[in-house]
Amino acid sequence: MSIVSEILENSNELLFTAEFPEFDSGGMEKIAKHAARIAPWFHAANSTDNTAAHAHASNLSVAIAMKMQGIEPIMQIVCRDKNRLAIQADLMGAALHGIENVAMLTGDDVTAGDEPEARRVFDLDGPQAVAVAKVLTTGQYMSGRKINPAPNFYISAVENPAAPPFDYRIQRAIKKHHAGARYIQLQICYHLDRLESFCAGVAAGAPGFHIIPSVVMVKNEKALNFMNDKVPGIDIPASVISGVASGEDPSEAAFQLVLEQSKHALSLPGVRGLHIIDFRRDDSLERLMRELGRQPISN
Amino acid sequence: MPKFLPLVEDAIKKPIWGCQMCGQCVLHSTGMVCPMTCPKTLRNGPCGGVRENGNCEVKPEMQCIWVKAYERKEKLPLPQSWRDHYNELRPPVDMRLKGTSSWLNLLTKRDQLKPAGWQSVIESQGE
Repeated sequence: MSIVSEILENSNELLFTAEFPEFDSGGMEKIAKHAARIAPWFHAANSTDNTAAHAHASNLSVAIAMKMQGIEPIMQIVCRDKNRLAIQADLMGAALHGIENVAMLTGDDVTAGDEPEARRVFDLDGPQAVAVAKVLTTGQYMSGRKINPAPNFYISAVENPAAPPFDYRIQRAIKKHHAGARYIQLQICYHLDRLESFCAGVAAGAPGFHIIPSVVMVKNEKALNFMNDKVPGIDIPASVISGVASGEDPSEAAFQLVLEQSKHALSLPGVRGLHIIDFRRDDSLERLMRELGRQPISN
Repeated sequence: MPKFLPLVEDAIKKPIWGCQMCGQCVLHSTGMVCPMTCPKTLRNGPCGGVRENGNCEVKPEMQCIWVKAYERKEKLPLPQSWRDHYNELRPPVDMRLKGTSSWLNLLTKRDQLKPAGWQSVIESQGE
């Protein structure tokens, strides 16, 4: 049983997950360095699948490397680059290596990346990908071909509470729950009202479907502007950006912003933890965790 | 075999709905907006990349087809049961049906044929 499932299903503890950075080179040393940085504070971390439509070391290879370094992986699989055969192969490869947490996503389009001329696949979509992972756990491939013993996946999905149509996002999240997702990580959301109504709707419509909102740690307003301009589905109100930019110390203002967002997210119904994306990579990760009342996790 | 049927269907549905002839039509459940006109061909609702103004991540000048479908399913005089189908979990597309007539596939129930794993696990648990 994965640590993530143990925490969410059999305890009242909060779950803290990190985004593991993408890797291009640098070998296991580089993986080990990042693993050591996050190990004291996180129960698990997401190994990404060609983030933002840029090619990197593969999702499964990084997930295996994380496991070797003692970090529990949540392996993401996106639908952009692989058809249903390749996605099932990814999942069974994960099972072979004892990886149980799998996050099934639609994924950014190829045009969001640096090879926009590539063929986009989307043979499945996010909710279908969740269902495919669920089918495998019953001891069969999509075709009905038997798998014995069946893989033991703890399946999750992702939703963006801040993208239109806002009120439909709740239903779409619950659809993924019915398809087999046990918890849902959220896209970064700078509209607190949208996050509030999303969490209230999911908590009321699907009790026991755990919500893990995301926050991102940045150093200044430049990173906020970058996300606002470049990341599909992320909208940051001008007042939030100017609030960070106009402060005497933008770095401190950016820290206070993520601290407030974290506290706010953890106060909402249905929320069982937090996903933290750290672009600062300085000592403020420990500061944030301690301000949230966290102590280092003993292994 | 009525070989002319795909031609007739294409001639009617393409100009009106931008039909891509997937052969397994779900227009009635998506506010009469074809999900195959989504650049990602998503069958189960909008992706997370929809822009603040409701437009598409891939084609910024185009309204997200799922946003359009969400509005149209309420605006158009459709039966309530069709509206209720908006959020149903649609199975992956059967690529073998591309270019065939969805009308014929509806009559013969060919479009209801799903992979065994999907049928036994996902369909059996209901909505």
